[in-house]
Amino acid sequence: MTISRDSILAAVRANCPKAAVPMPRIRTFDHDKSALLDRFRLGFELLGGTFVESAPGLELNVKIAELFPQARIICSAVPEVAGTKRLQDIGHPRELDDVDVAVVRAAFGVAETGSIWLSEKELGVIALGYLAQHLVALLDPSDIVVDLHEAYKDTRFITATYAVLMTGPSATADIEGVLIRGAQGVRSLSLIPVRRATG
Amino acid sequence: MRRLDHAEAASRFIANEKHEAFHDARLWDLRKKRDRVTHAIPEWEELRQLASDIKEHTLTHLADYLEEFERKALENGAEVHWARDAAEHNQIVYDILSARNTKTLVKSKSMLTEECDMRPFLERRGVEVIETDLGERIQQLDDEPPSHIVVPAVHKLRGDVSAVFARTLGSEAGNEDVNYLAETQRQTTRPYFLSADAGMTGANFAVAETGGFVVCTNEGNADLCASLPKLHIASIGIEKLIPKVEHLGVFIRLLSRSALGSPITQYTSHFRAPRDGAELHVVLVDHGRSGRLGMQDFWYSLKCIRCGACMNTCPVYRRSGGLSYGATYSGPIGVIIDPTFDIRKYSNLPFASTLNGSCTSVCPVKINIHEQIYKWRRIIAERNQLPFVKKATMKAAGKLFGNPTLYRAALSAAGSALEDLPRFAIYNWFNAWGRQREVPQPPPQTFRQWYIENRGQR
Amino acid sequence: MRVGLFIPCYVDAFFPEVGIATLQILERAGIDVVYPLDQTCCGQPMANSGCQAESAPVEKLFVKNFKEFDYIVAPSGSCTHHVRAHFDAIEQTSEVKKVRASIFELVEFLHDVIKLNDFPWAEFPHKVGLHNSCASLRDLRIAVASEINEPPFSKPLNLLKKIKGIEFAAPDRPDECCGFGGTFSVFEEPVSAKMGYDKVNDHTRAGAEYIVSADMSCLMHQKGCAERLGLPIKFIHIAQILNGARE
Repeated sequence: MTISRDSILAAVRANCPKAAVPMPRIRTFDHDKSALLDRFRLGFELLGGTFVESAPGLELNVKIAELFPQARIICSAVPEVAGTKRLQDIGHPRELDDVDVAVVRAAFGVAETGSIWLSEKELGVIALGYLAQHLVALLDPSDIVVDLHEAYKDTRFITATYAVLMTGPSATADIEGVLIRGAQGVRSLSLIPVRRATG
Repeated sequence: MRRLDHAEAASRFIANEKHEAFHDARLWDLRKKRDRVTHAIPEWEELRQLASDIKEHTLTHLADYLEEFERKALENGAEVHWARDAAEHNQIVYDILSARNTKTLVKSKSMLTEECDMRPFLERRGVEVIETDLGERIQQLDDEPPSHIVVPAVHKLRGDVSAVFARTLGSEAGNEDVNYLAETQRQTTRPYFLSADAGMTGANFAVAETGGFVVCTNEGNADLCASLPKLHIASIGIEKLIPKVEHLGVFIRLLSRSALGSPITQYTSHFRAPRDGAELHVVLVDHGRSGRLGMQDFWYSLKCIRCGACMNTCPVYRRSGGLSYGATYSGPIGVIIDPTFDIRKYSNLPFASTLNGSCTSVCPVKINIHEQIYKWRRIIAERNQLPFVKKATMKAAGKLFGNPTLYRAALSAAGSALEDLPRFAIYNWFNAWGRQREVPQPPPQTFRQWYIENRGQR
Repeated sequence: MRVGLFIPCYVDAFFPEVGIATLQILERAGIDVVYPLDQTCCGQPMANSGCQAESAPVEKLFVKNFKEFDYIVAPSGSCTHHVRAHFDAIEQTSEVKKVRASIFELVEFLHDVIKLNDFPWAEFPHKVGLHNSCASLRDLRIAVASEINEPPFSKPLNLLKKIKGIEFAAPDRPDECCGFGGTFSVFEEPVSAKMGYDKVNDHTRAGAEYIVSADMSCLMHQKGCAERLGLPIKFIHIAQILNGARE
């Protein structure tokens, strides 16, 4: 293996174009920081997300039962929702195959694109966000940043072993450009704005 | 290796009227969507320049960034392999799989693995490989390569997909409902995700600062491939490197807007280290990239982030289909890359272009595609790869146009045909022109004759 | 100023009226303009086929014919771009560089150099579809291409808007290449013809009576397509409208 490595690096060095281009600076773009939740919602819904209106004192377990009356198996990664299947009991991720609804809390959201950020920490088991038929994400509105430049300053991108910017449910338009929601991953992504519990 | 005849393949594509009309409309629609979202971003052209500069900086310091990437990846607990060419890549992947008794591999879309022709290599050695992207799966089941790097089955209509699925998956024959077809692929692929021994992805970007890489999909199939089996292999071309996490802000803003006219893909997934109890292997692949880096006029093609915007806007691509290019990479980017793989086979491709430049205008990393196409033509002529008729015609034309007396003698008011050209050259030209167009009629006088009569000799 | 008039080979041979209109409009503007009689071609057909060596005698002849002029004006975006950007088969003497820097496409020359703003002799009471050749649009930048996010401008439109009675039709795909592409029109005939058909159908659907362009090569191809299709749409070079043609 070192032969190939050395050979490739040597070839790259030998062929390197002479004009060394300096690293450019990315300026801060003057993006409007007002009404972040509203703008988040626009982008989120554009890509097929389901925005759930909420009010303080909302009983999440009740809300989820209301949104998914047929759901039998609910797996939650958040303390606010009990669920019926416990993440701690999962041995192999494939055991999440029968989950109807998964519940997670996004670490933050991005207003520019309507994306939520989840890592192995927020998902508990990464496959939870993809094997469940439906995903419900909680998001504290104060956790929304204005754009992707802001998002990528977050140091959790450096520490997480896995991180996803998730925008809406799984989708495809590979057949005649017809938009399908719920291609291989979750069929729906619902977002409920809920403040983090303090303490 | 026979020269690929793009024009002939294109004529067959155009003859399929319904397919061609749909293909052209669908991809033009993606171009229009792209325009809409890019015009809504005031700093769009600045972002393109930034992306171009970041890529050019990285490529002109590539060895250092590759070493930094490897160092960080190893620290993260990943294993890093290096492959000089396609054969080495395939062998490395097979060795990793066979050492773990892998029977089934699920993979997400990777043009690099297409380039390396990996699937047949693994299948011949007893590994079942399942393409999980819907478009790639359709093509796999139909035993046809992908025709577009982002929407692999864009050349097919729903009836074609229905027939493929009915034949290979046992779905209902004649059921052309797109929801039904997509659900069929979901249900038949899911068991593979759950039982596969290994998962494979490509990468859109590899970040030197973290040793991690980014995979962008709309289906979430890359995440399924990576989060279920205990083994994740990522094949990454060495040109995919970018220096820092903050640079992703620029590229992710550009990628999906350019490709599909949507602000971001449904899933932008960042992999840095293996999951608990699982393995992560990265295979860094050269396969001609270091060679291209040394090409003074063409190394800029390495900036490519595989968005497909050039294909969507290319009027030739939309009317001839990706398969007419006979290569993994088709459309404008294919035209400037493929001759490096086989100059004889692909000597035709730089002429499958009108040099209109729309590709250059939409490229998010500002590759000067149409200028490179022009330069490739010169190389092909110099390396003696032009077809005889064209070469002979141009030689004769050069002599004629270089000599005003000869030229005037050849050009008569009545005949107007360049009679001094060899017979076969004229026949070819007017025959081809006249197949679907009226030939321009010669006027009573040329401009020059009118000028002499009306303005006198000067 | 002395202007040398360069007339593309296909204009000389098939569309002399375009050359005449170009000459006359420059004369109307009071320009001292001369047509060097020994010119032939700019060399594009050879160069675009990659045959750089074969274009050398043509380039030499071009420089010989035009070196004494302050400006060279050509009613062709592609020929102008070719001389400006690709004339490198011959040694780059100061003479050659001067010629390359002095060539202007007609619209560029009228709009930017002599700033001809009025055409009181002209009237064109018809609906026209404007076709910008890709060389004029994306290489010479006579207008902002629709792919680019920059404030819109269009030199040909600025000139045509001054013409009494003219109306504009808006095709669906104003910037899409029409498929001429020089030798492409012959060596990739199937795609070229399909692109041409699509282009003339687009302008026809938009209600254009005429397609007007600063490049006769595109129009030659589109005209051939329209005539084969039996479409009534007509074709005219911008020089002819600006010079006062009524039809």
